[in-house]
This record gives sequence, structure tokens and C-alpha cells, in this order.
Amino acid sequence: MDDAVFSDEIDRYRYDVVVVGAGGSGLRAAIEARMCGKKTAVISKSLLGKAHTVMAEGGCAAAMGNMNPRDNWQVHFRDTMRGGKFLNNWRMAELHAKEAPDRVYELEAWGALFDRTSDGRISQRNFGGHEYPRLAHVGDRTGLEMIRTLQQQVVALQQADAAALGDPEAMIKVFAETTVTDLLLEKGNPGRPRVPKRIAGAFGYFRDTGRFVLFEAPAVVLATGGIGKAYKVTSNSWEYTGDGHALALRAGATLLNMEFVQLHPTGMVWPPSVRGILVTESVRGDGGVLRNSEGKRFMFDYVPDVFRAQYAETEEEADGWYDDPDHNRRPPELLPRDEVARSINSEVKAGRGSPHGGVFLDIASRRPADYILRRLPSMYHQFKELADVDITREPMEIGPTCHYVMGGVEVDPDTGAASVPGLFAAGEVSGGMHGSNRLGGNSLSDLLVFGRRAGLGAARYVSALPFRPVVPAAAVSAAVATALEPLHRTEGESPYAVHGELQQLMFDLVGLIRRESELKTALVELDKLRARAAQVCAPGGRAYNPGWHLALDLRNMLVVADCVAQAALERQESRGGHTRDDYPGMSAEWRKVNLVCSLGGDGTVSLRHQPMPAMREDLLTLFDLAELKKYMTEDELAGLAEGSGVFAEETH
Amino acid sequence: MTQAPEAPARTRAQIGERTFRKDPWWRAPRITAAGLTIWVLYAVVRVFMGHWYWVPQYHYLTPFYSPCVSGECVPGSSALGRWIPAVPPIIPYAFVSLVFVLGFRLTCYYYRRAYYRAFWRSPGACAVREPHARYTGETRFPLIGQNLHRYFLYMAVLIAILLSYDAAQAFRGPHGNFGFGLGSLIMLANVILLWGYTLGCHSCRHITAGRLNNFSSHPLRYRLWTRVSWLNARHMQFAWITLGTLMLTDLYIMLVASGAFSDPRIFN
Amino acid sequence: MGYQASLRVWRGDAGTGKLTDYQVEVNEGEVVLDVLHRLQATQASDLAIRWNCKAGKCGSCSMEINGRPRLACMTRMSVFVPDETLTITPMRTFPVIRDLVTDVSFNYVKARQIPSFTPPPSVKPGEFRMQQVDVNRSQEFRKCIECFLCQNTCHVIRDHADNERPFAGPRFLMRIAELEMHPADVADRREIAQDDFGLGYCNITKCCTEVCPEHIKITDNALIPMKERVVGRKYDPVVWLGDKIARRTRRDTAKVPNTR
Repeated sequence: MDDAVFSDEIDRYRYDVVVVGAGGSGLRAAIEARMCGKKTAVISKSLLGKAHTVMAEGGCAAAMGNMNPRDNWQVHFRDTMRGGKFLNNWRMAELHAKEAPDRVYELEAWGALFDRTSDGRISQRNFGGHEYPRLAHVGDRTGLEMIRTLQQQVVALQQADAAALGDPEAMIKVFAETTVTDLLLEKGNPGRPRVPKRIAGAFGYFRDTGRFVLFEAPAVVLATGGIGKAYKVTSNSWEYTGDGHALALRAGATLLNMEFVQLHPTGMVWPPSVRGILVTESVRGDGGVLRNSEGKRFMFDYVPDVFRAQYAETEEEADGWYDDPDHNRRPPELLPRDEVARSINSEVKAGRGSPHGGVFLDIASRRPADYILRRLPSMYHQFKELADVDITREPMEIGPTCHYVMGGVEVDPDTGAASVPGLFAAGEVSGGMHGSNRLGGNSLSDLLVFGRRAGLGAARYVSALPFRPVVPAAAVSAAVATALEPLHRTEGESPYAVHGELQQLMFDLVGLIRRESELKTALVELDKLRARAAQVCAPGGRAYNPGWHLALDLRNMLVVADCVAQAALERQESRGGHTRDDYPGMSAEWRKVNLVCSLGGDGTVSLRHQPMPAMREDLLTLFDLAELKKYMTEDELAGLAEGSGVFAEETH
Repeated sequence: MTQAPEAPARTRAQIGERTFRKDPWWRAPRITAAGLTIWVLYAVVRVFMGHWYWVPQYHYLTPFYSPCVSGECVPGSSALGRWIPAVPPIIPYAFVSLVFVLGFRLTCYYYRRAYYRAFWRSPGACAVREPHARYTGETRFPLIGQNLHRYFLYMAVLIAILLSYDAAQAFRGPHGNFGFGLGSLIMLANVILLWGYTLGCHSCRHITAGRLNNFSSHPLRYRLWTRVSWLNARHMQFAWITLGTLMLTDLYIMLVASGAFSDPRIFN
Repeated sequence: MGYQASLRVWRGDAGTGKLTDYQVEVNEGEVVLDVLHRLQATQASDLAIRWNCKAGKCGSCSMEINGRPRLACMTRMSVFVPDETLTITPMRTFPVIRDLVTDVSFNYVKARQIPSFTPPPSVKPGEFRMQQVDVNRSQEFRKCIECFLCQNTCHVIRDHADNERPFAGPRFLMRIAELEMHPADVADRREIAQDDFGLGYCNITKCCTEVCPEHIKITDNALIPMKERVVGRKYDPVVWLGDKIARRTRRDTAKVPNTR
């Protein structure tokens, strides 16, 4: 390697696998890579154990069938596909449904303590879109339990290494408060331009000191989560700046279906400073209902045709379902999130909203106080402390909040490999698994299933490499220069101002309900913001300078926002997390299309159509033909006999 | 600015002020210290007084003199008999129980907290710098002896049984038949609260079932544990209330025994 | 609704620093972290604050507000009177990185020294059967969000830096209690709890419980029960005698090598 520019200014490390992100999928990937014997680094923007996974409340969906023995992976698969409006990558949905139970059991063997059933198994709770009680949970702090367990499993592995090798960090090390700003590719062979360049390392800085760091590694697993911080009202933390999406794009990988952004129907709306903070779906799973200012349970008016058969039509039937799910249909409050969010939006627009622009979520009048305290302790705490509302006595005021991005890095379902050799992605940063809308509870299981698969995929990739790709010196000096730009400028705008405008723009124009004209405006405005962001100035030194950090994150948010807006403009239909005012219907033709984003050499985002892979026939037969007809074109269903769906009936 | 910064040797933030707390954090330890001091002074005076601890006609015996085992005890007051002819003046008549009662309260997890905070000021209040240069906690002699709390609990249970007997005796009227007055009720209340304090002890919680990891296979002990835990959550309240009732009971009996006050009889 | 609040914020880094005065706008319903963010966005773009979820779930924004260790995201401005000057300092027990951000690596080092969850080797994943009553206690401790406010407040290390080596702090003594009460754990950490993690240093003055934002009863439910278990293992003369007579030798779980 050319060492000329590598002065002592840059700390250097060599690893087999570098995992960017220390949330659920990152830690799970790292554990797997280490268990495969690979020397693994985990890079975390915040401290270990603080990642956004801790915010997940409801639970982890896995068809263990502990509450209802009829549940199995096929039912889970079907629910997932329905929730995603059949835009899911079927193979990912299949792997997810099949492997989730084992991943949950594994956590238990690592010390996780889920809530129990009376016979000592893992208890499971109801959630929107899931046919049976399926979410393994711990009160309403399941994400915390999961990340703590994974964190403690990393420690357990480190202890084993300490005993065997004398150094706890010999095989797996966590770099806390470290940000990766660029992925580095090998130089490549100019004689063979068509052979893709491979990953050679990752470059970043330590947040506390501002020192730069270079990780030389043949495999990088992206597990950076989502993009919520590009939106004004969001349940996401500051870390969610689309780093992984942007890193992948800049490394030459592609993003899939970025137009699908999930707005969680229930976020806090008051007071303003907490607007967007999540109110768990378990409130509804445990009996909470939505009411408008007239006190009406309005969700009965919003059950779409595709879900008509599975949801109750009267309050009596809906209320009966909690105790007797076999003879009653589900309450419409438990429709998939996109449906509920749109319904709330319509109620507010029709003037039937709550005083602060949301609707009411009422569990106080429906469940006794001690039940609420036991099942939803952190919700009680959250409302009490932040809004001075006692949820055992009063209804909550809630409204939609940006929560999750279904789109993400296009990966191979089985290995998590992106199109760039050596690059892998798992969790929210990867795309395809959830289609156009994610079911609650499928996120935590996604993290575990595909975190493990990406870790395994990366380890196998490294094992199969004939030699390690080399980091070109020029790439490192370019990365250094880019990172230092905002600090070098002596005058310029504050990054906070640009960020604030970006959030407002995305929320107003690329939010829940989208229009062609607004999206076009958004793209123009994004161009302007990009120009401004290139000129922001972050005064101060390099040590723990949040202004500087934000200036670097802005670059990522802007490119991702561009992808979202472009894809949203392109897709002329409404489906899941993408609602077009001007194209309100769901189109079977558009279902066959994946929109794929890539970055050109000049830094511009381009979009192409890519056909949706056809579902394996044995999986197709899990559905009723009548149901498939709601989603698919005649051509697609041509080969299927009228008698399909037999299996689906049997499992009922 | 573009020079790569070196990671400096890190030290804690150098802040001279002992605390920035603005609330009256010094109040609670002072109240505790005052309360404990008053009680100890009262108790010392009373246990060495040697008078007015027994009301013969109503069989009232103050808890500070139970069991009265010295030959000097007035007739009738020695339920367990008189074990030795006389004790020197520096030893109270009920030395047998007092040493354990004192030990039980001294090693009690609540009182430890109270006096460490109030008298030793380690710490006087949370996040307020304490005045000591060194600290070894309960790792060495003599404080390592706090670990014997459970043995004091065993003795405290025996003493509580004795005091229950004393309270039962107080329901005998002047002629030995059933009867009670205000004093009987005070003694009864005192002993009930003492049971509440004794059984709510952290060691008791450990012994009933706290030491087990599988409550589900010991349903009876688990039920006991939940009851003890209920009391335990109120251990501080019981600790103070029983100090008060002990003092009140003793004071009442002293007044009646000295003739300053005559016990209002409710029945017989 | 809004008003100008007076803030005194500790600014500085390794060793040197001072309280700097600011005037910042405050709006209805805001918490201290909102106000610090406004300060950052309008007057001091390089003010270092560690935060994440802003919903009291991650435990990142621990600091001392008017001398009391708290989460900035869960401290509402309405608990202060408008003309009150707020003094905001970093946690005092940990080395300062810059401004309000401290180096909490002490905690991660301690976490690594505790022998991990040890299930019986015969139980395979998926075969665990545990009753809710048996997991309740450890579940309470697993609510911990690792804000390290208890570690910061505990006078054993706050006022005596030399105790950092022998004492693990309330958070990690609670972690030991959590594992010891785990119905499926077979290791025995009682002796090392006392000898290596310094349970004996705790004088149960309950400041950890007082500052816990998750309202975990650290002292009553974790530390004291753990002390009682240690007594049963180490200090109970009857148990000791019984072991001698029956010639029982107790096997404690070994320390984790190479982690100190």
C-alpha cells in the first residue's frame, strides 16, 4: 500500500469484517461473523446499547405458536406479504417467517427474559396485521431487551476470547461513538472495467476526539438503520440520517423502492417538543381504540376492500375478538400501519381531529388502570413525564409520525450481499423484505434473521477471497478532504438551519400524502438545499463538535431524500407507505416494478425500473386466488388453477 | 485546526463547588439526626431509671424492661423469671433483650442508611460531596459485622413473641380476669407495629423466599414473600413509627406507674 | 408562552472548564434537552451534548441539572421557575470529554468483568420454561437503560476515585443480582460480588434508587437481596459450620480472566 498520505494522523485497523451500526442487526451480524472465526469490528455512532433498536416497544414477530397453535411460518409469511401489499421480496419474507422463531429462542439462550405464558413459554401479543398473537415481548420495552441481550452476548464472546487469547478485543471490538463517512473500494483493474471493484475498507472519525480512522477490511456490513431524521415529525433519533443508504450509493450499490416510508399512525402530538415520539402499537393490540373529536370509533369507516374479510364491522364483534379471536374478526384499529395512518390523516383533514391536530387513542375507558400499568409501563411513564397525561384516566392525543423506511439497499435475500462485492446490508437499511409497508413486530425479527444472514454472508465471502483488496491511498486522502471541508470554511450557513429546512420540506412535500406538483417542487428545493449544504460552516475544533458531525450527516440525508422524492414521483400509484393523491388506486402493473436508485459519477441520482421477481409457486398457493387477483395481473396468475389456496384453507 | 488532535489524558470535570443543588438537601439528614438523638437520649434515661416500668394492677410492662430478669425487678414483672440476683447500675434490667433490640436496629438496612447519612454524612445527601478522604464502606471491621443482621432478626422475633405475651398480659384486669384499658390498647398497637417492622426486615425477606430463584416451585413461600415484600416496601415508615410507639408506650406506662396519670379503663 | 431562561452551562474539556452564562428561549412543554438544542442551534454550534432518543429510553443525555443527576430529555422546564438560573454540568464521576459529554468507558469495562449468563448445558434454545413470577425480579433490573446516573451518583466512586478499581457500582452489582436471580442461570457469583465487585462498599444509602429514571428499586430489590445472598455464602456462621462438618466445598464461578 502506498503510505505517503498515511501519516500518523489516521488510526489504522485491520479487520475481516466491519459492521457499521450497533443496533439489533449490526450486533447480530457481528456476533455471527465472530462465531465464524472472523475478526470483527462493530462501529457505532453512539455508545454501545443506545442504538435506535431500544425504541422498539411492541415486540418481535415470530410464529412460535405459543398462544395459538395454528400459527406457523406460512401464516406469518402470508401476513407479511399482505402487509407489504405484495411488493415484498418473497424470498426474504419466506426466510424471515421461517427463521424468526429460532432467532428468538437463541436470544433466550443468551439471557433474554421475555414475558411468559402460564405454561412457561414465551408469551406473544397481538399486533396490527398479524393474524395470531405473534409478538414475543417484554412489557413495552422489547427493543431494549433485545439490544441488551445482544450487547451482553458480544461481551460473552469477548470474555471467551479474553480467556482463550488473552485479549477481550482480539476477535470482536466495538468502536463506540465512531462515524463512517466513506466506504473505500479497491483500485480495480483498468484493463477490465466491467469487473466490479470490491470493498477494501471504511473510513471515518472518532466523534470524541475528531481523529480519523481507517478500517482495512474486505467485507463491510451496513446496519445503519433508517432515514427518519430527514423528516420533521419523526420517531427516529438523530442517528437516523441515512448513512448506510448513502454509503452504499456512493460505493456503487443500489437502493430499492425508496418511496416507501412508513408513517407510524400513533406518535405523540403534544407538547410540540415531543411531537413524533412513538406511542406503541401495543396500546391498540391490548385494547386501545381510536376516536375522533366526536367520540366515534372511526376506523370502521376505513377498512379497504382487500382487508374487508379479515376485519370486524361492528364494535361488538371487534370487542369480542380480544377474548375469542376464533369467532370474531379483528378490530379495524389493528389494520396495517399505512391504512391507520391515512385514516387518521383523513379525520384530521375533515375537521374531526383533537385540539392539537391528532386524534384520540383511548385505552383508559376500556381497560382497568392496573392492566394498563402492567402491559404498558413505559407508555404510562412517557405520557406522565412528557405530556402530563395519565393514560389510565385520559385518552392520548396522537398523530402519524415518520417511523421506518421500507426501501433500502438492494441485497441478495440469502446472504445480504449488495451489488458491490464485499458490501452487505441488514435491517432497516436493506430493502425488499417489507415491501411497501412493514408490519409492526416484523422489524425486530428482520434485524435478527437478516443480521445473522449478513454476518454469515460476509464471513463466507471473506473466506472465499483469494487475497485482500487494498485501499488506494488517493481514496483515503479524498475522504479526509471531504470530511474536513465544513471545518475549513470560515464563513457559511449553520448546518442546523439547512437541516431544519430539509426536515420541513420532506415532511410537507414528500410526507404521507404526495402529489406530482409538490414532488417536483421538492426536487427543485432539494437541489437548492444541496448547494447550500455544500457551503455550510461548522466552527469549533474537531473534538466532539456536533455542528461538524451534522454537516457531514447532511450530505447523506440529502442524497437519500433525493432518492425518496424521485422514486415517489415516479411511482404512479398508491400502495403501503406511498400515497399519491393524484393516483389513489393500487395498480397491478406497478406491483411488478421495483424502482432502483443509483448514483452517477457526477453525484446525481438516477432511477430505473426493474422487474419484481416472480414468487415461487408453492408460496403462491398459500393464498386464495381471489386474494391474489386483487394484487396481480391476469398474466401473472395465468398458470394458477382456480383451485389454489387449498393450503391456505387447511391452515385455518 | 486540521491537525489531528491527540487524545488527551482525561480527567473529571474540575468543579470546586460541593454541590449545585438548590433544594434544602441538608434538611432531611438533620431531621433524621435529631429524631434518632432524641430517641436514644430518652431510651438511655429510661432503661437506667429502674422505676415506673410496671403497673401491677393492670399487668402493664414497658417494652424497655421486658424481660425483667434481674433480682431487683419488682414482683410480677418478670415473666421469664429472675436469672441473677442483681445487676450493676450500668446494666439495665432487660439487658438480655435490649442488646438484641439495639443490635437489630443498628444493623437494620434502613437504619444503616439513616445514620450513615445523618451522622457520618457519607453521603449527607445524594450528589453532595462527602467530607471524608477515604471510604471502605462495609468491607472491614467493625462495619463488616452488619452482615450478622439476620441473627439479630432471629432474636428480634423471639423478643417480639415475648412482647406479644406482655401485651396479652395487659388484657388481664385487676383481678386477673379479662379487662383492658387505654394502656392495653397502646401496648397492643405497639406490638402489632413491631411485628410489622420485624417481619418487613430485608433479612426476613431473604429468608422467606428471596433466596430462591424458582418461586413457582414454592408457592407458599412465594406468597409469604409477597407479604413480607409489602411490609418491606414500608420498612422506613415502620422503623420510625415503631420508634414513636415504643417511646409512647413506655411514656404512658411510666406515667401510669408513677401515679401521674390513671389508666382510663374501658372494660374491667 | 415563551420566556428567556438563564442557563449556566459548564463548557470545557479535559480538566479545564468554566460555567458560561446563556440566555435561551423556552417554549411550552419543553424539556431541558430542547433548550440545550436551541442553544446549540442558535448560539453555540459546537456545544457538546450526548443524546439519542429524546424519549427517556436510551439513557444517553445524563447530566447534572441544578446539581441533581438527571436525564435532560426527561426534565421538563416547567419544574423550574422562569427566573431561576439553571446550572448544567457534566456528570462529575466520569472523565469529561468536552462540555456536557463524559467518558463512560468505566462502565463498559466493568460490564465485561461479570461472568455472563450461564444456562445449564443440557437446555437447548427453545426449551427454556420459566414462569412469569420467576422472571419478574430480573425483568425489573433489565429495565435499566444504562444511563449510568446511579454510577455517577454513588458516593463510593463519586467522592473516592480510588474505589473505582474495587467497586463496580450499583448498575453492575444490579447486573450480578439480575443474573443470580435468573431462573435459568447456574453460575454462582456471590463470592466475587463481594470480593471483586465490591458489594461490601455499598452502604445502602439509596442514592442510586433516588436518581434512577426507570424507577428501579436498585437498593431494596437488587443490592440488599444480593448482600443477603452474600451473607449466606460468606458470613453466616451456621452455614460455615455446616459446610465444615459436612466437608462441603463450594464452587464459585471463576473470575473472567484478562478483563481487568
